[in-house]
Amino acid sequence: MKSLAERAAAHRPPLAKAVVWSAWPIVAALGIAYLIQIALAPALSDFHGKLLVDIGIAIILGVSLNFVNGYAGQFSLGHAGFMAIGGYTAAALVFYGGLKLFGVPEEGGISGLHGGFLGPGELLLLAGCLVGGLVAALAGWVVGLPSLRLRGDYLAIVTLGFGEIVRVLLQQTDDVVTDPAKIEAAGPLELADHLGGGFGFSFTPDYVDPKNPFWVWLFVVVVLLAAYRLKMSSKGRALLAVRENEIAAEAMGIPTTRVKVNAFVVSAFFAGIGGALYAHELGNSLRPADLGFQKSIDLVIIVVLGGMGSISGVVVAAAGLTILPELFREFAEYRMIVYALALILMMILRPNGLFGIREIWELDVWKRLFHRRAR
Amino acid sequence: MSVAAAPAATAAVPALAAEGLSIAFGGLKAVTDLTLIVPPRGLHGLIGPNGAGKTTAFNLLTGVYRADHGTIRLAGERIDGRRPNQIARAGLARTFQNIRLFGELTVLDNVRVAGGVRARSGFARTFLRTPLYLAEEAAIAERSLELLDVLGIGHRAGEQAKSLPYGDQRRLEIARALATEPKVLLLDEPVAGMNTHEKHAMRALIQSLRERFGVAILLIEHDMGLVMDICEHITVLDHGCTIARGKPAEVQQDPAVIEAYLGAPESDDLDAGAGGAAGEGT
Repeated sequence: MKSLAERAAAHRPPLAKAVVWSAWPIVAALGIAYLIQIALAPALSDFHGKLLVDIGIAIILGVSLNFVNGYAGQFSLGHAGFMAIGGYTAAALVFYGGLKLFGVPEEGGISGLHGGFLGPGELLLLAGCLVGGLVAALAGWVVGLPSLRLRGDYLAIVTLGFGEIVRVLLQQTDDVVTDPAKIEAAGPLELADHLGGGFGFSFTPDYVDPKNPFWVWLFVVVVLLAAYRLKMSSKGRALLAVRENEIAAEAMGIPTTRVKVNAFVVSAFFAGIGGALYAHELGNSLRPADLGFQKSIDLVIIVVLGGMGSISGVVVAAAGLTILPELFREFAEYRMIVYALALILMMILRPNGLFGIREIWELDVWKRLFHRRAR
Repeated sequence: MSVAAAPAATAAVPALAAEGLSIAFGGLKAVTDLTLIVPPRGLHGLIGPNGAGKTTAFNLLTGVYRADHGTIRLAGERIDGRRPNQIARAGLARTFQNIRLFGELTVLDNVRVAGGVRARSGFARTFLRTPLYLAEEAAIAERSLELLDVLGIGHRAGEQAKSLPYGDQRRLEIARALATEPKVLLLDEPVAGMNTHEKHAMRALIQSLRERFGVAILLIEHDMGLVMDICEHITVLDHGCTIARGKPAEVQQDPAVIEAYLGAPESDDLDAGAGGAAGEGT
């Protein structure tokens, strides 16, 4: 039988076709985000617009956690830690960097926006997202390298510890420097320690608001695309194989430890982006207490409910778990009780989440419906 | 002269050569001084009573355990001390006695996982779907489907692996191992739990694999009929020690093998036997 290398040469697509194939979803992502920005957002009330943005951020964080907890089957309880690292990195970059680069904006004082849609401030936000993601990815690599040799409960404990360490370290930082002259004079390293401590980084410019969901939804489409392309690829199947049977995966030539670390790095990268967007959303204050253990649990619940490994399942769960608390605001105190009950029920009835590793369109329900109609 | 000698030399390099392998777990000597030489396209058997150390031997060869002593060469290349995934990529694939499939994945994906190990595309190429990535994925899918057809389970490609009947799960294990493009295939009890009909089909299949894929096969099996029938060479283990090796007919006659399988004659038989032996001797 012909080997893989011999066959691959025969299957090479023409370059032009490959470029189109590779690039069209990225163009589509820009298009979708732009459409949401100019068509959907203006039609929504502020309440619904905020919900739309919150759903987007929840999707980014849920889908990114799904790389580790879903695909690779590792139990991470420190996702909020990566979110915090990305968020604070971006906040420092956008706030201090913005003032250093562009001076104090005319409107809104030091927390004001630099320019409008796609203006210099927003491009700085984009840079903040990417740098925040990269720093979080680096943290993911550092945490993942030693801890992914651990399994199950032990990994959960290590990641939980990591999240708490990040939170406590951020609480120890000094107050945010608010004097533009001092910011101008200070070097980047001096400012790195001024992240607001326990009170939080409360001066971040609010580039993401109900009328401006572009960046959030751009990254939503990007993360969905990355998740889908990974799941359908050899790399993604290697992750699923590790989750299904680590011994067999290793015996089939999959370097299981490296694969798990890679999943952690990709997951942390997108969590960092999610955190960066969260930090710049109107109405959110970037406080260490908000990005602690509780936040990590919320994200784990999204993945567990939606389906460990199901992208569309996590999207549904992220949207649902963002909308439901808003609808039942008067019962807010009972939220965790309901979550706990839902999780217990889920573990009994559908231990792999609503959709398991399958996507919504792969469910048997459709086949059954279709067949009934065909008859 | 040297030109003529070169092919002879390469032909002489065994596909798998394990020499002097030993491992002890605490005080228990699980495998002692095991030597296995399998020539290219050879079909060798490893037999022995329960607990003789056969599966331990497989775990040594595939790097799950690290041997206390001894060397392992795959087509002349040292592989002992490497991690299991490196050994698999060097060309030594295995199946598991207690089936270890990726249960939630489809039958096709089980094979594609193993085939993907030979792909060169990394994360960046995967996210961007570059031409190399697309070509490799297409080739992996094509080869995997062919493998499933060869193993006779092509019609089940879309089913979940855990939903397959037992015999087909064993076939899928073999398909998955072959997908890694091995030089040597280790089969751990491939016909365990099968009925006569299934055994016959599996026997034909195992024999055909050598020609089709150019692999050497090392087989652990309790079904003596099958082992004696298809293996060219058999090594017999008992309590971790090699008690016999040779052609099936020789091994079958070996008193040590008969004793290991059927037990030593009981004490009064032993006396009678000893007397008889002495009588014969004179």
